Amino acid sequence: MFANFMAWIDKRLPVTEAMNKHVVQYPAPKNFNFWYFFGSLAMLVLVNQILTGIWLTMNYEPSGDGAFASIEYIMRDVDYGWLLRYMHSTGASAFFVVVYMHMFRGLMYGSYQKPRELLWIFGMLIFLVLMAEAFMGYLLPWGNMSYWGAQVIISLFGAIPVVGEELTIWIKGDYVISGATLNRFFALHVIALPLVLVVLVFLHILALHEVGSNNPEGVEIKKKKGTIPEAEQSKFKFHKQYADKYDIVDAIPFHPYYTVKDIMGVAGFLILFCWVMFFYPEGGGYFLEAPNFTPANGLKTPEHIAPVWYFGPFYTILRVVPDKLIGAILMFAAIGMLFALPWFDRGVVKSIRYRSKLHLLNLTQFAICFVILGILGTLPATPVNNLIGTITTFGYFGFFVALWFYSKNENTKPVPERLTK
Amino acid sequence: MKKFLLAILAVLPMLASAAGPALDLEKANNDLSDKESLKRGFKSYLNYCLGCHQLQYQRYNRTFADLGIDEKEGKENWMPTGEKVGDHITNTMPAKDAAKWFGSTPPDLTLEARFRKTPDYIYTYLKSFYVDPERPFGVNNKVFKDVGMPHVLQGLQGVQTIDEHGNLQPATGGSMTAEEYDEFVRDLTNFLEYTSEPNKLERKALGYWVIGFLVILFILSYFLKKEYWRDVH
Amino acid sequence: MSNAPVNNGRRRFLTAATSVVGGVGVVGVAVPFIGSWNPSARAKAAGAPVEVNVGKIEPGQLIRAEWRGKPVYVVRRTEQTVADLAKIDDQLRDPNSEEPQQPEYAKNAHRSIKPEFMVALGVCTHLGCAPTYRKGDFNEVVEGVTDGFFCPCHGSKFDMAGRVFQGVPAPTNLVVPEHSFPDDNTLLVGVGQGEA
Repeated sequence: MFANFMAWIDKRLPVTEAMNKHVVQYPAPKNFNFWYFFGSLAMLVLVNQILTGIWLTMNYEPSGDGAFASIEYIMRDVDYGWLLRYMHSTGASAFFVVVYMHMFRGLMYGSYQKPRELLWIFGMLIFLVLMAEAFMGYLLPWGNMSYWGAQVIISLFGAIPVVGEELTIWIKGDYVISGATLNRFFALHVIALPLVLVVLVFLHILALHEVGSNNPEGVEIKKKKGTIPEAEQSKFKFHKQYADKYDIVDAIPFHPYYTVKDIMGVAGFLILFCWVMFFYPEGGGYFLEAPNFTPANGLKTPEHIAPVWYFGPFYTILRVVPDKLIGAILMFAAIGMLFALPWFDRGVVKSIRYRSKLHLLNLTQFAICFVILGILGTLPATPVNNLIGTITTFGYFGFFVALWFYSKNENTKPVPERLTK
Repeated sequence: MKKFLLAILAVLPMLASAAGPALDLEKANNDLSDKESLKRGFKSYLNYCLGCHQLQYQRYNRTFADLGIDEKEGKENWMPTGEKVGDHITNTMPAKDAAKWFGSTPPDLTLEARFRKTPDYIYTYLKSFYVDPERPFGVNNKVFKDVGMPHVLQGLQGVQTIDEHGNLQPATGGSMTAEEYDEFVRDLTNFLEYTSEPNKLERKALGYWVIGFLVILFILSYFLKKEYWRDVH
Repeated sequence: MSNAPVNNGRRRFLTAATSVVGGVGVVGVAVPFIGSWNPSARAKAAGAPVEVNVGKIEPGQLIRAEWRGKPVYVVRRTEQTVADLAKIDDQLRDPNSEEPQQPEYAKNAHRSIKPEFMVALGVCTHLGCAPTYRKGDFNEVVEGVTDGFFCPCHGSKFDMAGRVFQGVPAPTNLVVPEHSFPDDNTLLVGVGQGEA
């Protein structure tokens, strides 16, 4: 019965074929570790954000007069509205946690290197759109921090010479941030950007499956056809798209091995996620900021305006530069550097396991600088904080510059032919 | 690679300390599950606060249900404003006049406990008024400098002064003892923590179930993974 | 080679157990999404029972109350009006209120709790217009009957108990909402007799 039905479908749409190609007979390296959970977790969070987001729009009121009250309406009057809202607000922060871990994985194991440059670019585009999505979403509760956070970020565009001032007014659609701004941000947040995001994720996965997954060893599992004796090839059956082109070693089909593993990862992640959501939904004041429990007020600035934590690193880079324009340029450059990472790194060895001590050191200082920049972004701009911020900003950019220099003739360890464990 | 994770974990406490309240606040030690305390706080709120401060997101009937007040009884004795039990807890003070009297409109207090990060703020605030003849209402507040609000509870607490080191001196002339006043303010604080998030207890109760469920799912999926991966190893 | 070489009992058991528990999880997640579609506290507050003071209604007078966005007609009928109800049974489509257009306790000759008060939704059962109360001049549309309701949209006619006349587009009698009298002067629309 079911077989007949699938046969009928498959004649008209290659569903089974696509499932085999991308899931059941997709060759994945057998040595994925902890860091490889975050891709599937990002998918999970994306689905959570889309579903809870759709449900929130059912009761949210995108207007300057009604937005704040409608959030409280959702929190109090709508059955389970509080749960849907916390799922969305906690999900927003979780999204960035997961994406930052996912990106760091790429950095450690050289997943951006040839031939995966485009895969990395798609990932970076997802990150960029995600930041825009989060920024616009943060205005929607229309709390006082929403308002002033948006104020600060939008006025960044005022730093652009000649057209800056006009541009900020155009973005706001008013002389101040108002209902007009809220409505356009709402439209972009709930329709335009999610569509872009979903398309990009689709392309990201398509590109991944074209070049194949990297792994912690940074050793390719698809070898030139005819170079590996039959007995040493992977014993599993893979889709002909891969098997006809390559001799595949040390690989396992994504399903069932990584599906069951990812289910475990999802369950583990959800324990942490729910623990935060049910017991610390404010995330210590970082996920839901205290000044946001009072409505937007254009005449009353919160004592200390801090962007949401996930913008922290970039916000600090902006803040430590005494010149507004250069600060803004540097902030965008910080993201631009990541885009260009595949070309900064001129090395051929991928995984940190086989790269030089220097690279390990460089990557470690980069990670530490990034975290410190993030923390500073949420703290007031005292002279000491600015000094630390300046040093870590140098550390951030220094990573890329140093990489470019040493990666050409790096003192790497010999890379094995096959996965060693 | 776990080193990185450890490094990140090591700096987390820094984050946490940054989030802590900058003010030296007294612990309210209020108990959201104590319905009698919530009721006393609700009553005090209606008597002393509602005249100026609305709870415009909180409904009477929701409050009655959560605090265990019968709707009929509530309608008769616990509704100074509003017509129907489903109405929000609002007052009739015109915002314009209020701004004229106090310099600014007295804020809505529904979310005050969350806006101030902790209910302890409310508890400490209500205990920190002291005499300051230079202020329009003759009082100032130690945790909210130059506050534009009179000490509404002065008749209960009495008059408090501050010494040259900035320490509050015991209040005198109030109708309540210091302990009674603490209890009074604790109930009020408790009530305002309740209004800031009426689902708080329900949220936590549900949380235990969900996490318990997820732990079972995690254990099962762990063994499932192990079983399948015997093929690989 | 097959991609799932071993399929022993342990594996089958764990797969089934995880699937079942996971399924329970999915159902659990669906609860808030489905539950949030119920009427909210705001909708419930707006749709709460409505109290009507009936003490000051003159005999023959109609007052309108609003309940759940619909007009509720309350008329104090004279004894004569109540007595006359039975006389026109043969002109009506459903004189004995067989159709479930009223609560059990209002399925009687006068279609109400107290004969004195008619309580009905002012919503024509044809297409939802509000029928007009024609007091004293109803005989212009039905010969020999002085009072009744006439729907201006398509000419449906109802008597002083909200019962529909024959030969009009409206198929059924006017709806009598759940109602009760907590005391002599108060009508509570939305809460039935004997309920809390």
